[in-house]
Amino acid sequence: MHKIGIIGDRDSVLGFMALGFAVHEVQGAEEAAQKISELVKSGEYAVIFITEDLAVQTEEERAKYKDIPLPAITVIPSSKGSNGYGMANIRNAAQRAIGADILFKDGE
Amino acid sequence: MAEIRVNPTRMEMKKLQGRYNTARRGHKLLKDKRDELMKQFLEVVREDKALRERVEKALELYYKGFSVASASGNPKMLKEALICPKKEGSLEVTYKNMMSVIVPEFSYSTSESEAAQSFNYGLAFTSGDLDVSLRELGGILEDLIRMAELEKQAQLLAEEIEKTRRRVNALEYIMMPQYLAAIKSIKMKLDENERGNTTRLMKVKDMMLEAQRRTNKQSDEEEPVAE
Repeated sequence: MHKIGIIGDRDSVLGFMALGFAVHEVQGAEEAAQKISELVKSGEYAVIFITEDLAVQTEEERAKYKDIPLPAITVIPSSKGSNGYGMANIRNAAQRAIGADILFKDGE
Repeated sequence: MAEIRVNPTRMEMKKLQGRYNTARRGHKLLKDKRDELMKQFLEVVREDKALRERVEKALELYYKGFSVASASGNPKMLKEALICPKKEGSLEVTYKNMMSVIVPEFSYSTSESEAAQSFNYGLAFTSGDLDVSLRELGGILEDLIRMAELEKQAQLLAEEIEKTRRRVNALEYIMMPQYLAAIKSIKMKLDENERGNTTRLMKVKDMMLEAQRRTNKQSDEEEPVAE
């Protein structure tokens, strides 16, 4: 039995309370990075969602947990809209694996 | 390229030959593994990409609705309304072995009762927009979790592919050529020794023949005297 967490600014994450997510409101990147490590270390979370704008600023912190099976830290757009960072993440993974960005050229 | 320094003996050559054969077999296996990993990775990423496009669109819609709802209501009331979730979901994590990469799989089960379609807040103090936007959010819950799962899988697979690719390249471009070069140099050294030996033998034979001829000649010369 695992929890689902979400980290973000108030406007973005409040609604997720209704789904039973563990909502963590944070202000600023530092607090977000702290929260990430706190949630990961607690070991209770299988999935942690984080809003895009905070994800951009906590790249370093998230990279630490990239290659372990749990938790999955997933980027979602914030209430300010999507800036394409989540998609860029997939693209990066593809680039890392294949060595070239072939997927998004022929895929579209 | 750093060469392997070895004694030019037949033993060493045989040992190296064995290692080269192992490296070649390993290289073939790893290459197959890389190809299969790549295939699975591409499947995961394709699905993830489609899913992400859908989820991002849905979230955008939800945020629009939700911001309207939060603007029209009292913020305290809003939080109060949401603090008691309507769904008590539980997330089960199982692990799957994907080409010897251990990846998590999430299965979300909600303990939805007959009251699932209703909300756990009073309708009197909240706007209808809230209901609509929350329903929208509930609709993409499974997609969100599936997306998290796929993205994690993609990350883990990408790491494994990177590792495997490095290994394949190391074997193909460093180890195997090194072994081949070492084997070749031993072989050349041995051949050289062999040739040296042959010439020496030929030379010795010549010398022996020469010596024999000389003794024959001597005895020939001595013979008339003896007559």
